[in-house]
Amino acid sequence: MARPYIPSLDLIDPASKGETWAIARLISRAEAGVPEVREAIGQIYKRVGRAHVVGITGVPGSGKSTMVNRLVRRLLDDGLRVAVVAIDPSSPYSGGSILGDRIRMSDLVMHPNVFIRSMATRGAVGGMAHAALDVVDILDLAGFDKIIIETVGVGQDEVEIAKASHTTVVVSAPGLGDEIQAIKAGILEIADIHVVSKCDRSDANRTLTDIKMMLRDGVGGALTRGWAPPVIGTSSLDNEGFEELVAAFEQHLAKLDGAPGIERREQISIFRLRKAAEALMLEKLRTESDFETYGQRVAARQTDPYSAASAIVKHFSTET
Amino acid sequence: MSTQIRVLLAKVGLDGHDRGVKVVARTLRDAGMDVVYSGLHRTPEEVVTAAVQEDVDILGVSLLSGVQMTVFPKIFALLRQHKVEDMIVVAGGVMPDEDVEELKRMGVAEVLLQDTPPQYIIETLTALVAARGPR
Ligand code: B12
Ligand SMILES: Nc1nc2c(ncn2[C@@H]2O[C@H](COP(=O)(O)OP(=O)(O)O)[C@@H](O)[C@H]2O)c(=O)[nH]1
Ligand SMILES: [Mg+2]
Repeated sequence: MARPYIPSLDLIDPASKGETWAIARLISRAEAGVPEVREAIGQIYKRVGRAHVVGITGVPGSGKSTMVNRLVRRLLDDGLRVAVVAIDPSSPYSGGSILGDRIRMSDLVMHPNVFIRSMATRGAVGGMAHAALDVVDILDLAGFDKIIIETVGVGQDEVEIAKASHTTVVVSAPGLGDEIQAIKAGILEIADIHVVSKCDRSDANRTLTDIKMMLRDGVGGALTRGWAPPVIGTSSLDNEGFEELVAAFEQHLAKLDGAPGIERREQISIFRLRKAAEALMLEKLRTESDFETYGQRVAARQTDPYSAASAIVKHFSTET
Repeated sequence: MSTQIRVLLAKVGLDGHDRGVKVVARTLRDAGMDVVYSGLHRTPEEVVTAAVQEDVDILGVSLLSGVQMTVFPKIFALLRQHKVEDMIVVAGGVMPDEDVEELKRMGVAEVLLQDTPPQYIIETLTALVAARGPR
């Protein structure tokens, strides 16, 4: 049954009261980059900033989704409201995706204090990271205390999302061939907390030792000043290590709210501003019909790509 | 602005036939849609809760176990309860013709049974979302 379009501004109130349909609809519009939602995001932004955002990243198969399932259970025991944003890559061929993280979290679905949302990396103007931060604000407005973002730790967009979290967890697993996948993926240095998953496996000790050695050798450093990233072993199979992991969250959060931690919040805001500006610029570029005209002239070598590009850029920055 | 179609594909109850639903998932992904798969053995409550949180355009339920006439009334009641009467519901799998008629009266937008060609599935879902308009 069709129903009239509900303006995004009118969704703020029900979303702030925790009405799932309104939260979910706002998220869809933020994800799609609908211009109409921006005013609402702007209003929401001024009301939020309470939630603790935890990014969890690591190579595919390292056990992130299974871990999130255990972790959320543990946080719910503390009476917290928890939202999960599970991000999977889109197919580079079709732009479509199969989002399967939810399957590993299926026993959380019916809990009243949990909200799970799957997202694909593409489909957002100006990159996924930008949309993910809007989504975080919507979930914050809806009253979630912890917002967990699961991303695959490969690719620029995914790494950016992890960096834009308050606390970034990098997951490495034993038995995936390369002992320290974080190094290979270039994400060792973004970790505030290292987790070695699947510690029920006998080869996990080797991975633990390797990461500790790398850190001791000064490879990788935390984004938060005055914080030494701990290395924590977990097993989702045996439900072990999660007390320690949650304790590390709280310690890191305390650092974040201390004087040096302010920098991290500012860095995230700068990053976000940059992303928002990029999104607006890209949007204008995409609707820029001058490309064809200039393209013909560039093809005929009447002008060069840089002069033409700079003319286009000048043109769109003067209009409002 | 993206017009990406989001679909939740769900398997409900004891039905363990998942070949068809996986074929449909790949078909829709390859057509550029975002597909959330629920996994096997979900309850109607779980499926509707997931569909509402994911805010999918289409909730697609695959059933080859014969329990459609008890499952779909529950799904529609839950959708009303969650205030998402505008969600498009489609069914697929194996079911008798008389059930198909009854399901459509109930509000199921389309029922696509065995041997439906992939292209037809894509076109049908795309047309349903287009007819609904922006939301
Ligand atoms: C393969 C099969 C199995 C395999 C399943 C393997 C698997 N992992 O999927 C196995 C051997 C395990 C199996 C077991 C059983 N099966 Co069986 N099985 C079949 C069979 C032969 C083919 C199903 C199939 O995979 N088709 C291929 C796929 C691609 O087609 P599809 O699923 O129909 O999907 C297409 C469309 O329906 C549509 N579609 C499907 N879902 C959706 C969803 C959406 C949203 C959309 C848009 C479209 C869509 O798109 C697909 C592509 O066109 C059918 C017979 C038949 N004619 O369908 C019996 C059949 C489904 N099975 C049947 C039965 C009874 C059983 C058992 C109970 C047998 C038993 N006594 O043990 C068990 C139950 C298992 C369980 N836990 O559910 C009956 C069901 C009767 C009924 N509904 O009343 C059938 C119809 C056979 C019969 N004629 O009796 N089965
Ligand atoms: N032995 C063991 N296997 C695990 C553990 N956690 C996850 N796995 C398995 O690792 C695989 C990938 O898990 P998943 O959570 O989907 O990884 P993701 O891709 O990083 O999200 C699955 O087959 C899981 O069953 C664990 O604690 N111990
Ligand atoms: Mg995963």
